[in-house]
Amino acid sequence: MATYNTNEFRSGLKLMIDGDPCSIIENEFVKPGKGQAFNRVRLRNLKTGRVLEKTYKSGDSVEGADVIDITLQYLYTDGDMWHFMDNKSYEQHMADKNAINDAAQWIKGEEECEVTLWNGTPLSVAAPNFVILKITQTDPGVRGDTATGGTKPATLETGTVVKVPLFVEEGELIRVDTRTGEYMSRAKE
Amino acid sequence: MTSDWQPSASLDIIWQRAEYYKTIRRFMEERDIMEVQTPIFSNSGNTDPNLSSFNTHFHSPNDKNPITFYLNTSPEFAMKRLLAAGSGSIYQICKVFRDHEAGIHHQPEFTMLEWYRLGYDHHQLMDELSELLSIFGYHSVERMLYSDVFESCTGLHPHLADTNTLFEQAKYYGLETNTVDRGLLLDFIFTQSIAPALSGDKAVILFDFPACQASLARIRNDNYPVAERFELFIDGVEIANGFHELCDAKEQMSRFEEDNRKRKIKGQNEMPIDKHLVNSLEHGLPECAGIAVGLDRLFMKMKGCNSIEEVVTFSYLNC
Repeated sequence: MATYNTNEFRSGLKLMIDGDPCSIIENEFVKPGKGQAFNRVRLRNLKTGRVLEKTYKSGDSVEGADVIDITLQYLYTDGDMWHFMDNKSYEQHMADKNAINDAAQWIKGEEECEVTLWNGTPLSVAAPNFVILKITQTDPGVRGDTATGGTKPATLETGTVVKVPLFVEEGELIRVDTRTGEYMSRAKE
Repeated sequence: MTSDWQPSASLDIIWQRAEYYKTIRRFMEERDIMEVQTPIFSNSGNTDPNLSSFNTHFHSPNDKNPITFYLNTSPEFAMKRLLAAGSGSIYQICKVFRDHEAGIHHQPEFTMLEWYRLGYDHHQLMDELSELLSIFGYHSVERMLYSDVFESCTGLHPHLADTNTLFEQAKYYGLETNTVDRGLLLDFIFTQSIAPALSGDKAVILFDFPACQASLARIRNDNYPVAERFELFIDGVEIANGFHELCDAKEQMSRFEEDNRKRKIKGQNEMPIDKHLVNSLEHGLPECAGIAVGLDRLFMKMKGCNSIEEVVTFSYLNC
């Protein structure tokens, strides 16, 4: 893998830090007085999500991380692994529990997901921003109550529970924002 | 049409700068310090391994070989030659240039106020700097020994701690390099631990630096050698750097040569040494203290700006 000189540092650049792939959030040039120049870098560990700070002597090089973001189609889960396919190459990828993380609660199959690959293996999966899912269970709503803003829990076909307005009924399709977990609207097939 | 033709600074700040320049010139005039102008470029460069000079080429009508000129990283050498020639106390507001430097506190081209006082030591010059700062709203500038601040922040004595201890401390603060260059380690610990401790609106002067960071300051021998150098910090950012100036030609020459040795080891180009400066010291530089103030940074801090771009008419990105 290529190495990057500090003068190539910019946000989004992926580096190997202490054996883990990290992404630069912020890179600041610091130079005390007439002395040596440094690059103070804030990074996100792409495995743990943790933010760390490192300082390099300007001109030093750091090993890059083989990390790419691609769009893959979600196929199915066998309980341990979540299986995806690249629709261009038909290559299949398996994401483990750590990689799939929160995305698991929003996908049922055929969704196009943004997947971050490290050395060819999924590191993280982002569900589509909006998904349409069927309500498998919710209590009957109160007739005529469309505007008061009350909510009730509804279980979706993926097993996830979201809050929906009182007028939404079992068997209906709804659109959900996966970033906030919020109900957006009723939806058609 | 894009708006990148617009100035980086607001018109209000550009106007304020003009006022600040008047204030500085009045301050200097009241003290009989003469304004001078020295060339922006020079045949010789700055040997300091931590500074990179821009260079350019002059094609003389009388010579088929172009001559290399270096843009000044500071007007120091030329101003010292004036002092040696008998100018008396002098000041200059000028542009200086440093390659490889850009960031919220750095522009490759920036404005420097530099002045020299005959017969002063660094403490007298700190007094005068404090007078100027009080006009700009920074009253009662605190003065602290570099070693006291360093010790209170790290528990280590910057002049006496051995290099290995400094290395371990630098590693503890997250330095990702295997160097054992003492100056670099001190600089690193300084940026990680001491500069943040100097944050806040107050102006603070640190003085008597480690001998390995003497630059062009004279070195005094108490129980251990210390460089008679001081730096002004506002909100943890270095604003000015002053020296009780080195007047010894031999010592100056050997520091230049040592710089070039370090440059060679680091794989940098050796710089042509300013023989005129060395010769002028040989002739006799009067006892003096000098200081360089980064005016852009000073104005930036005075106006509460977040980036140096906000106080220059056009930043290097749209000049």
